[in-house]
Amino acid sequence: MYLDFEKPIAELEQRLADLQKLASESNVDVSQAIQSLEENLFHLKQETYQNLTRWQRVQLSRHPERPYTLDYLEAICDEFIELFGDRNIADDKAMVGGFGSIEGQTMMFIGQQKGRNTKQRQMRNFGMAQPEGYRKALRLMKLAEKFGKPIVTLIDTPGAFPGIEAEERGQAEAIARNIRDMFMLQVPVICIIIGEGASGGALGIAIGDKVMMLENTWYSVISPESCSSILWRSWEYKEQAAEALKLTAEDMKGFGLVDVIIPEPLGGAHTNTAETFQNVKKTILDTIAELKTLDPRERINRRIEKFGKMGVFQE
Amino acid sequence: MSWYKRLEKGIQTPTALKKETPDGLWHKCDNCKNIMPTRDYILNAYTCLHCNQHDKIGSAEFFSILFDDNQFTELDPNLSSGDPLKFVDTKPYPKRVVDTQAKSQMKDALRSAYGKMNGIGLVVACMDFAFIGGSMGSVVGEKIARAIDKALELKYPMLIISRSGGARMMEAGFSLMQMAKTSARLALLAEARLPYISLMTNPTTGGVSASYAMLGDFNIAEPNALIGFAGPRVIRETIGKDLPKGFQTSEYLLEHGFLDFIVDRKDLKDKLTALLSMLLHG
Ligand SMILES: [Zn+2]
Repeated sequence: MYLDFEKPIAELEQRLADLQKLASESNVDVSQAIQSLEENLFHLKQETYQNLTRWQRVQLSRHPERPYTLDYLEAICDEFIELFGDRNIADDKAMVGGFGSIEGQTMMFIGQQKGRNTKQRQMRNFGMAQPEGYRKALRLMKLAEKFGKPIVTLIDTPGAFPGIEAEERGQAEAIARNIRDMFMLQVPVICIIIGEGASGGALGIAIGDKVMMLENTWYSVISPESCSSILWRSWEYKEQAAEALKLTAEDMKGFGLVDVIIPEPLGGAHTNTAETFQNVKKTILDTIAELKTLDPRERINRRIEKFGKMGVFQE
Repeated sequence: MSWYKRLEKGIQTPTALKKETPDGLWHKCDNCKNIMPTRDYILNAYTCLHCNQHDKIGSAEFFSILFDDNQFTELDPNLSSGDPLKFVDTKPYPKRVVDTQAKSQMKDALRSAYGKMNGIGLVVACMDFAFIGGSMGSVVGEKIARAIDKALELKYPMLIISRSGGARMMEAGFSLMQMAKTSARLALLAEARLPYISLMTNPTTGGVSASYAMLGDFNIAEPNALIGFAGPRVIRETIGKDLPKGFQTSEYLLEHGFLDFIVDRKDLKDKLTALLSMLLHG
């Protein structure tokens, strides 16, 4: 599937495919035409993906073929045992988690999960967790802490769910508690924005020693659409809102609000998932090794200090 | 009614307010439209004598209600907003801030101070809704963080009074991280075993409710305040249904287990004093 700004790329790819078909079906030598078309395509891709607007990055972060949390876990873990439930009210399918192992190291993985088709999307509630999702996440984090296993969270949510039951069961309280308690976790914590990082719903599992963003993701206090509707009283200004919010990985790293950008293949994470998974896996392993050299209290202190420095003001 | 007598003794109306309210001045309630002497209204902690409507007061009024003789030391009074994003919507953010400062005579949406409440040392951070809807940006986050540091230093209990629509959009990612920053400090306060009381007033929603407002050892609220994560309009639009009567009120939250108690503002000082006395001296 092509996004609106990818139309020129789609056209070139179609022409290339046509030529390749022609070459295979006839004796006409089109190898030179193919070569030059391939070069054009490569340059067009570079040109396009190295100059993405902020809104285009948001579009890529929501690409329907983009890998979701369980795709990562299936690809990077040698083994993964999913664990369910908040031990209180329900199992929230929008928030998944469990122990997994990578190269012999056991870690706790937690993340929001989106659905791939209509039925799945409904089951996963579009990656919008209920309070029980956040409570399940915290339960699993404390389980990891108990057994001295590092925690990796994968963030991909358009927000925590705004509904009657969510309010009734304390959405605000659940998120607040997670944020506070994650600061005191004795084990290393890595948080990776793999898609959308919308506001408190993202932050509720995003307090870590290292917070990272994949190259084509966004992380901010509000979605561009909602920002547009509040500030401009219309949904039409989402491009402008995305620019104003400065919500890309590059922006957030520049502000010191995240620590690391994980590169994606040219064209986005979905265009070469093997490369994406490899980048993420290597980053996790390297970072855990680095964090393990610190003692728990030192890690906690640095975590608190890091977030404590975030803010711009005048005295 | 004994609380009224205690209040007459307990609450010292600040000199400035006394000057502004000579006898013969009248206050009309926005809600029930009844008229009452302004002096009585202020002595009743800015709540209606007829319908108990709790008006949207700010830090100046709360400090005068809580601190003995309205005596307190304000913390970081000069902190004011930066513009890290060069944010422009219908007007540039710095212009919005300067305009609001001029109009409200406030630097930002929160003031913090320490002093004595019926003799008990207390740090209070109080939000001001009049400043861009009490929205939380870097200044609010930093002032709360420093106020908690002061509580840790003085070994005082901490009170945060929330009244906010949530995070300040014009500081985007920076606003979001204030939820983390304030919650981190509260984790340290909890570790030091110092009491933290969160008072939620009308309204307390969004990033404020999903961070420090819900993290009290004691989560309390004024009557009939709107408290929630998402605002009612967003929820209505998402689920496409009307919301039940009384949804997201203080009373609703109490019923669902998210508040320790609801307190009338005129009883606030005495009730907090009683609670903290039990913790500190019992
Ligand atoms: Zn009234």
